[in-house]
Amino acid sequence: MKEKAVLEMKNIHKSFPGVRALQGVDFTLCEGEIHALMGENGAGKSTLIKVLTGVYGKDEGEIFLKGKDKAVAIHSPQDAQRLGISTVYQEITLCPNLSVAENMFIGRTSGVCQNWKKMNTDADRILQSLDIPAKAAQQLASCSIAVQQMIAIARAVDMDCKVLILDEPTSSLDEQEVEKLFRLMRDLRARGVGIIFVTHFLDQVYEVCDKITVLRDGKLVGEYEIKDLPRVKLVSKMLGKELDDMSDIKGESKPYDKDDQSAPVFEAKGLVSNAGIKPFNFYIKKGEVNGFTGLLGSGRSECVRAIFGADRVLGGTVKMDGKEIKIGKPLDAMKNGIAYLPEDRKVDGIVGDLSVRENIILALQVLKGFLKPFTKAEANKFAEDYIKLLGIKTASADTPIKSLSGGNQQKAILARWLLTDPKYLILDEPTRGIDIGTKIDIQKLVLKLASEGMSVTFISSETDEMLRTCSRLVVMRDRKVVGELSGEELSQSMIMSTIAGGDK
Amino acid sequence: MKSIETNKSNVSGFFSRLVRRQIFIPIAALLLLAVFNLVTDPSFYKITFGYNSAGNPVLSGYLMTILDSGSELAILAIGMTLVTAATGGQDISVGAAIAISGSVILRVLCGTNSRPETLQAPIIVAFLVACIVAMLFGAFNGVLVAYFRIQPMVATLILFTAGRPIAAWINNNELPIINEPSFGYFGGFIPGIPVPTPFFIAVACMIIIALVLRFTNLGLYTQAVGINESSSRLNGLNPAFIKFLTFVILGLCVAVAGLIKVSRFSTINYSVIAKDIEMDAILAVALGGNALSGGKFNMAASILGAYVIQFLTTTLYKFNVQSDALPAYKAIVVIVLVVLSAPIVREWLSGVWKKIRPEGHGKEVA
Amino acid sequence: MKKKLLAAMMAAVMVVGLTACGSAPAQEAAAPTEEAAPAEEAAPAEEAAPAEEEAPAEEAAPAESTGETIKVGIINNDPNESGYRTANDKDLKAMFTAENGYDASFAYSNKNDEQIAAAQKFIQDGVDYLLLSAADTAGWDSVLKDAQDAGIRVILFDRTIDADESLYEASIVSDMAKEGETAVTWLKGQGLEEYNIIHLQGVMGSAAQQGRTGALDAAVASDGWNLVTQQTAEWNAEKAQQIVQSVIDSGNSFNVIYAENDDMAKGAVAALDKANIPHGVGKDVIVMGFDCNKWALEELLAQNWNYDGQCNPFQASYIDDIIKTIQSGGTVAEKTIIMDEKGFDATEITQEDVDKYGI
Repeated sequence: MKEKAVLEMKNIHKSFPGVRALQGVDFTLCEGEIHALMGENGAGKSTLIKVLTGVYGKDEGEIFLKGKDKAVAIHSPQDAQRLGISTVYQEITLCPNLSVAENMFIGRTSGVCQNWKKMNTDADRILQSLDIPAKAAQQLASCSIAVQQMIAIARAVDMDCKVLILDEPTSSLDEQEVEKLFRLMRDLRARGVGIIFVTHFLDQVYEVCDKITVLRDGKLVGEYEIKDLPRVKLVSKMLGKELDDMSDIKGESKPYDKDDQSAPVFEAKGLVSNAGIKPFNFYIKKGEVNGFTGLLGSGRSECVRAIFGADRVLGGTVKMDGKEIKIGKPLDAMKNGIAYLPEDRKVDGIVGDLSVRENIILALQVLKGFLKPFTKAEANKFAEDYIKLLGIKTASADTPIKSLSGGNQQKAILARWLLTDPKYLILDEPTRGIDIGTKIDIQKLVLKLASEGMSVTFISSETDEMLRTCSRLVVMRDRKVVGELSGEELSQSMIMSTIAGGDK
Repeated sequence: MKSIETNKSNVSGFFSRLVRRQIFIPIAALLLLAVFNLVTDPSFYKITFGYNSAGNPVLSGYLMTILDSGSELAILAIGMTLVTAATGGQDISVGAAIAISGSVILRVLCGTNSRPETLQAPIIVAFLVACIVAMLFGAFNGVLVAYFRIQPMVATLILFTAGRPIAAWINNNELPIINEPSFGYFGGFIPGIPVPTPFFIAVACMIIIALVLRFTNLGLYTQAVGINESSSRLNGLNPAFIKFLTFVILGLCVAVAGLIKVSRFSTINYSVIAKDIEMDAILAVALGGNALSGGKFNMAASILGAYVIQFLTTTLYKFNVQSDALPAYKAIVVIVLVVLSAPIVREWLSGVWKKIRPEGHGKEVA
Repeated sequence: MKKKLLAAMMAAVMVVGLTACGSAPAQEAAAPTEEAAPAEEAAPAEEAAPAEEEAPAEEAAPAESTGETIKVGIINNDPNESGYRTANDKDLKAMFTAENGYDASFAYSNKNDEQIAAAQKFIQDGVDYLLLSAADTAGWDSVLKDAQDAGIRVILFDRTIDADESLYEASIVSDMAKEGETAVTWLKGQGLEEYNIIHLQGVMGSAAQQGRTGALDAAVASDGWNLVTQQTAEWNAEKAQQIVQSVIDSGNSFNVIYAENDDMAKGAVAALDKANIPHGVGKDVIVMGFDCNKWALEELLAQNWNYDGQCNPFQASYIDDIIKTIQSGGTVAEKTIIMDEKGFDATEITQEDVDKYGI
């Protein structure tokens, strides 16, 4: 074991049915260091964390901790905690209706009795030493999210932890709160705690971290000192495209015509929703395919949700075919010919227990009105047409959609929106988690629809997919639009450097 | 030989399809009760024709009693099914709401005098006022559930507790009694028609809800909202309003049931009218094989479930089971239902069926 | 589902908890007085003794009786509970008025703990008399002791409690068993050739049910009467109708309906009417009810029913008498006062009776 290392994970393997989530990953954490764990979605970050905290068992590999001669066995989160490994998750996992002190000590007393007075003084002492602006007797719910986050950290630190894992702690914090959190992290670093920091925010990584470990597709890409890895390089490591030998994939899409003076089909100015994005401008023209790109959590989904009225719109103006319209809820958008295929198919897309047919006709039915249901024959015809057209593999139109495979579910949802014959179609991650054949089907379909005059906004985590389909890309970082690329600029390297921003 | 085999597999195929159908549960329960009564005492099914004391022709017998007494429950089951589907919760205030709407009907009919010689308003007016009041109380529950996002059972606990005192307050705590015989028609018999009126009212409600489900999207919308609220919203639905709407519809069902209830005796007893009927209505929904957690529903199965409950009650009365022991028997039904509806048990049952089938087939060949 | 149930239970627990919290200060306030009078508690419960000891308190009383009002706190069950309770409440309200020299406050609850909390509040308010119709028989000792220590006289009405007799001045109750006996004696007097009885009971375990059932059971055993069915309809007309309907459907014959309240008798009659079975004076089936609701007595007057037993809700005048006796320095002779209760026969009832005794 290396000197100063508090944690060493060696050759960790973990498979799930059909997926090799981790393949021989090594990870080392030193005393008093903040170590960023980076990677795109599905890279294996959370699996690695869950192996370390005992949520998952590992298939292969060893974990060493400082002060233990042999590899340790972690079978449960309790084991991990006993060994001094604590985790603070993005969602607060404390009890909002208990006091701060109770939250800090809950589940940690072995006896039946509890010395409440001592507990409160202890809690106050810890809070003070960490400079956390909260009182022990205060109800947790009365603290801000950031303070709650800090209390969760204080609880972890007090449990004599040597390894502190912070999993996306900053997602729901504003800038000042993030600053406070960072101060606490630096303070802990000075005390010798090793911190693993998982985040999607590049700026934050460069602000507080000492080292970065990058994972991709379940494999270790490498461990780097922060000063040795400029942003662009980090992005390329995460996406798996070396800057140097990156030949641009030739787009099949219609080239973007800069001189096209025609009015956009849809145009938004200063649009902002309650989902935490900065106001943005956006437009799309007839027959155009464009896209939002950026790392996960950069706000690309939030932008399209704002366009569709899925989140509460707080400000900005929206025009459809040059006419100003108001979109307050999804139905408004639908009535104006906008369709939206949401990112999370299970939560926002399918209506699981309903049949494929009902799922397909749902949006059009809602548009048609409460008092005008389709006859069974009409509904069947719609369903059968689209099952054939998109090649949806289902036993029958009566089958509950939840029993279909992910790709076929996605096609059914796509059918739902195509059935409404939209002028403007928004596809948020339509190809995630589905097989390669369906992916290509969907990409082809998008281009076909565009050639028929439909405007499409396409979001995907896979950059080459975006490059293949989109003629213009809006680039986002940290919930802001930071650039727009089209024509010659459309290349992996340009996307990466725009995403990375900062030091070019 | 071959044709027989296919025939057989068709039959067994039909059976295993039936087992998987939702309506199988109440049908099976009904058959079980029917066979039990047939074996123990076939006279259970005897229907006699006679005249009541007012000289009107009436059909009587246990079956008629079931059809008569089960009416209110069947009507309530309609509304309760919709509420359950859309909100994934139940309204436990329907009994108290019936007391309120019944009280309103009597109040309008009686005016200020609790023992009027003549009706102070046409019955239809009283009924319409009761409909409005019951829908308002339904709307109250609906607002709590849909817009304030309170658990349905907790939200309706308010009216459950306060409803009966409100009902008593509406009539200044007096006991109005209606002497007008035509008011008794709704809970009794219309002269010349030997079938109890409540049954006709229940059938009318069933036809109406069937038409509503056929000619509007109520079914699709409530189910979509109950299954996936977030997705429903993104498809342009307004989940809160749909939940609210189901409570208002239940309010309408309550008003109809209230009319029958107060008409039966032409008076009201605030503390015992429609007592515990909410539990029976919820049980009817469950007995219909509908998930109490919401989502897909089968209206016919719920209504059938209501009559199964009445069938059970009447059977137990016939066998002189102490009526305060009835809840215990219903509890047993609930337990059996919950166990049967568990996915594990269902899988096991269909597995058992598959095992039995080839055996039977083998014997035939041998 | 589980979660919801839990939430509902939590809500219920919270309500109880709140009431408990509400009652705590009252208890504390009462505590010092309790300590001050340990001798009194230890002393054998002699009626004269407390009266003497509380002489100072009494001194104020004569002044009150000469012109000032007497403060009474009345704890009753919810008047919506039944017609009986409504009549009872009305009777009390009519008696304890300013014109009659009373300053009355009322508290209603069907729950014992809420009633106890109300009693504690009345003690704090310093009422002169506490009138109590307890929801439950148990749990009253300590609060009544507090009342005694504060010099407050307690009079029970309608319901008795499990507490030492020394804790209250008098208890004015109905004797349900006697009501039953009166009814059964009347039924015996009808001299039927055979008695085939449908017995509709009230909520099992209630005092009225036990008293009224006990008398009939005894007669069934001694006179060889036949019970066609004996079922609880839980005071509910509709259940009674279904039970009688079930007997009619089964074809068993019967000639007496003994319903333990008027509502159930009405339900039974509805079933009889539907099957065109004549009932009432000189008809096939004798109908008996209890409680003397006005509408029920009218049925008697019309000879559709045969008998109705009274359960007297008019305790106010009895209470008034006791208070007057105590105020004038006298003592109450009997701790337990049983009210006069009648049984009405359809052949003898008059319109006057209906107006006077109907509730």
